Amino acid sequence: MEQNAHIEHDHYDAEASKIGMWLFIFTELLLFGGLFVVYSVYRYVNPDAFHLAAEELNTTIGAVNTILLLVSSMTIAMSTSTLQYKKKGATLALLAITTIIGIVFLVNKYFEWGVKFSHGIWPGSEHLLNDFSQGEILFFGLYFVMTGLHALHIIIGLVIILVAAYRIHKGTVNENRAALLENAGLYWHLVDLIWIFLFPLFYLLT
Amino acid sequence: MSEEKHHIVPYRVYVIVLMALIVLTFASIAITEIELGAYTVAGALLFAGIKSYLVLTYFMHLKYDKKYIVAMVAFVFAIFVVVLVITFLDYLYR
Repeated sequence: MEQNAHIEHDHYDAEASKIGMWLFIFTELLLFGGLFVVYSVYRYVNPDAFHLAAEELNTTIGAVNTILLLVSSMTIAMSTSTLQYKKKGATLALLAITTIIGIVFLVNKYFEWGVKFSHGIWPGSEHLLNDFSQGEILFFGLYFVMTGLHALHIIIGLVIILVAAYRIHKGTVNENRAALLENAGLYWHLVDLIWIFLFPLFYLLT
Repeated sequence: MSEEKHHIVPYRVYVIVLMALIVLTFASIAITEIELGAYTVAGALLFAGIKSYLVLTYFMHLKYDKKYIVAMVAFVFAIFVVVLVITFLDYLYR
């Protein structure tokens, strides 16, 4: 009886949820898009300085993080399939793997930024302002803002994944009501998508 | 509400896409290590473009979605390109 009343008042529309998520993703794409435009212009104006500054970044750690994000994108995409196959345990396991990979990504980022800090490079640091050219200052400014904003998105993505996992565990997200997991997946892929462009632009173009 | 048929993507598709993405990542690392001048940037962006196409199409399910969502995504990328082109026209010809 109570459950019937519950179903009557509870609106669920998978397609509307998906469109809502995509509209939000568009705002995120344009947010990073704006930063990519800034990057392009400053790279065009200071080609040599950007060349030089990019040498400072560790390609190996960048490549490792790229592979990690790609693998985690696959695991969360798979979890949307396992949920449809009604394999709750496998879905939760895949989400756990995704979460762990996300945390490893952040740990790598922590050490990567730590190395920059120990070299005296951070936004507005004396070493950066006194010993580097204008173009290199711009490169590192964009590097910290864009990878920092990206890392913030990783943290938000992890929170959404954990909420989705909790609701799958409780059964309120299931094969008939999968929108939360689908949208968590879309968000995580967005984070992956942005990194696909950040990696070559900052680490590879030396 | 659940009568809407959900397309379930087989695991195999995801594994193949991941393999392709990893190969493309190493290819983009390899191509940027060769000195190609201005083409290095173009090469890196080409590989990033292919990778993002794969992520959008398979991981983000655009291949299995209704076409108007694909059109909306294409529109947003088109807006980005237009803004980029206009910005560079300003820088090049001011």
